[in-house]
Amino acid sequence: MDFTYTETQDMLRDTLARFLADTYSFDQRQKMIASEAGRDPGIWKALATELGILSAPFAEGHGGMDGSHLENAIMMEELGKVIAIEPYIQTVVIGGGALKAVGGAVADAVIPQIIGGEAIIAFAYAEPQGRYDLANLRTTAKKDGAGYVLNGHKAVVYAAPWATHLLVTARTGGSQREAAGVSLFLVDANAPGITRRDYPTVDGFRASEVYFENCAVPADALLGGEGAALPLVELIVDQACVALGAEAAGVTAKLHEGTLDYSKQRQQFGQPIGRFQVLQHRMADMFIEVEQIKSMTLMGTLKLDLPADERKAAISLAKAKVSRSAKFVGQNAVQTHGGIGITQEYMIGHYFKRATIMENQFGSADHHLSRFEALTLKA
Amino acid sequence: MNLEFSPEELAFQQEVRTFIEENYPADLRGKQDEGDELTKEDFLSWHRILHKKGWVAPAWPVEYGGTGWTSTQRFIFSEEIARADCIRLMPFGLTMVGPVIYTFGSPEQKAKFLPRILSGEDWWCQGYSEPGAGSDLANLRTKAVRDGDHYVINGQKTWTTMAQHADWGFFLCRTNSDAKAQEGISFILVDMKSPGIEVRPIITLGGEHEVNEVWLEDVRVPVENRVYEENKGWTCAKFLLAHERTGIAAIAGSKRGVERIKEIARTESDGDQSLIENPFFRRKIAELEMDLTALEFTELRIIAGEAAGKGPGAEASMLKIKGSEIQQRIMELGLEAVGHYGAPYFRGFGEGDNEHPIGPDYAHRMAPTYFNGRKTTIYGGSNEIQRNIIAKMVLGL
Ligand SMILES: Cc1cc2nc3c(=O)[nH]c(=O)nc-3n(C[C@H](O)[C@H](O)[C@H](O)COP(=O)(O)OP(=O)(O)OC[C@H]3O[C@@H](n4cnc5c(N)ncnc54)[C@H](O)[C@@H]3O)c2cc1C
Repeated sequence: MDFTYTETQDMLRDTLARFLADTYSFDQRQKMIASEAGRDPGIWKALATELGILSAPFAEGHGGMDGSHLENAIMMEELGKVIAIEPYIQTVVIGGGALKAVGGAVADAVIPQIIGGEAIIAFAYAEPQGRYDLANLRTTAKKDGAGYVLNGHKAVVYAAPWATHLLVTARTGGSQREAAGVSLFLVDANAPGITRRDYPTVDGFRASEVYFENCAVPADALLGGEGAALPLVELIVDQACVALGAEAAGVTAKLHEGTLDYSKQRQQFGQPIGRFQVLQHRMADMFIEVEQIKSMTLMGTLKLDLPADERKAAISLAKAKVSRSAKFVGQNAVQTHGGIGITQEYMIGHYFKRATIMENQFGSADHHLSRFEALTLKA
Repeated sequence: MNLEFSPEELAFQQEVRTFIEENYPADLRGKQDEGDELTKEDFLSWHRILHKKGWVAPAWPVEYGGTGWTSTQRFIFSEEIARADCIRLMPFGLTMVGPVIYTFGSPEQKAKFLPRILSGEDWWCQGYSEPGAGSDLANLRTKAVRDGDHYVINGQKTWTTMAQHADWGFFLCRTNSDAKAQEGISFILVDMKSPGIEVRPIITLGGEHEVNEVWLEDVRVPVENRVYEENKGWTCAKFLLAHERTGIAAIAGSKRGVERIKEIARTESDGDQSLIENPFFRRKIAELEMDLTALEFTELRIIAGEAAGKGPGAEASMLKIKGSEIQQRIMELGLEAVGHYGAPYFRGFGEGDNEHPIGPDYAHRMAPTYFNGRKTTIYGGSNEIQRNIIAKMVLGL
């Protein structure tokens, strides 16, 4: 057993942290969000080219640094500390994860584009009726000559307004909730037959409702086996859960740190509020929860390559814990700040908003605890 | 002792129900259903209807325009108001400064202000908190200095709810800097149109403008606008805070909130079922009902005590704590219920963006409401302060 990071990993963290310190102050972030595009595309470009770190989790053969899940976690934790609105989970973790898993010509073509910052991938998986069930799909892909024709409605697709590619789940067979019949496609985001309705999200991102209307895609858009992609979808969502946990580690560490700082400065009743024991205990509990997020994320990272059922059980525990802890830390950070905690002007509330949305992203605590139960608690 | 309403009480319940059905403004109902932001006029429209009926201030003494209802009738009334999902009337005049004025005010103040509070002609705001005086309210610095028959007020208030609409504000000001903190404060009514007042918006996490900073520079206020004795304002302030805390339990509103969660959970799908069939979700609803019922009967016991002549004391703190926590849990469940559709944000995005939100109608308000709702455990005396009050006043610690 060895929990130490390599020198390269430490460097990756430092490089990114230094870059974000210059480019991602709270004010800079708010400006990006308020801009028309809702982001500063120069940041992503710089991550890819100037820093060259989007290559971290990819194989050398694709121009990568031969890293993997740990590199993703390192990146996401740092991005979380500044509540970055970059499409890293969608593009690198999910899109990159799917491409690494399937390999072949499409991976050879698209991974270098991810590394170079040219490709941005959004993950169109959720549907209005589906909640967190990855197989609950009404979107269909019908075989048509050599290719497929997609029809359906995907809900709240993060980063879709910025995307060059959409990674889409659709049914090539089976009934609405069946495991068999789920397929995964990587399609050109501007393909005819795709329309979007774009909007901002409460946590500072941009997302879309994505509608497919007789959208024809070529045969090689299919990733993995036709009708047999659910295990692949589950794998990349598990990878996303872990990356989200790493982000939560960054977000909640800042929530805790900001609260601690504030409690030392804010005076009421002639003393810093941090002197009140009830607040001390609360901040001690917040500290514990942040540590548990870090522990669970590390555990998840290290178990991502286990056989599917073991992996799924472990990741579900991790995600459920992250959801619960993120809620606790976020709510208590705001409470300890008093009125100022719920203002737009002050940064703590923005961390709270991101922490809140993370609770349910890629499955709520209830969803994941249920999955864990189904996998492990046999009578 | 019994729980049943008497025939007279049942008839009263029916009367209230019918009145609301026949008189609640339809356009207001529409706006609520759409989750639209309510304007000052919206609030006033329902206020005026209740005023015309004589029901706008049920708890006030009859001589000042109250209803003379029993506490049971008042309970029935607030239940019916919530059941019908009527908007909450602005409390600053009706449940805050009104009772202070009829309890501590001069005959002139009563004659001048009370009728206009009842009619809705004056919109009030509460100028207590300051940047350095939140929980430690007695630390307030805003000064009122005597100059002939006027006070000259200088200072800054903050978190002043709805001050952007206010005609009048009740302000706590320091009138004696040498006295002990609580002893040098006066309770002063200020015309918000006075020269020297500037109201600056504070935008909260859901994107709403409901609180403000209020800056006062050389604001001249006639001495006759001081309520009660000079330097005795703390007495009024404490009296008012106790009143504020009972309202803050918001039990009737929470009951309605739970019903709404159930309606939504029946609509939302969860696999082959509706969300209300999900064992984890329904358990959370059941737990809410459990705690809400406990709170309701705690309030009924306190109301009964008040009817027997005991004023609302530290028990009000208990209602505030549990009531606010329950409100927050309802908002949490609301956000949970809408799943992915909690994330889209449809406010303050682009100029005059009136596009219809995506997802179910009720979904887009869930996250902003939840974010904003964190205030309930902070304002009206934070829950930590309420626990301190219980520890000190009830437990004698
Ligand atoms: C939406 C909203 C509307 C409001 N409307 C009005 C209004 O209309 N008029 C008005 O005058 N005010 C209003 N307030 C102000 C409100 O009353 C204050 O926010 C509240 O009193 C807390 O003060 P603070 O925000 O300065 O927090 P602080 O007092 O700085 O408290 C910060 C944290 O420290 C804790 N703390 C402080 N002292 C102690 C202690 N002794 N022991 C343990 N913990 C402690 C608090 O509980 C809190 O968690 C409003 C506030 C909000 C959020």
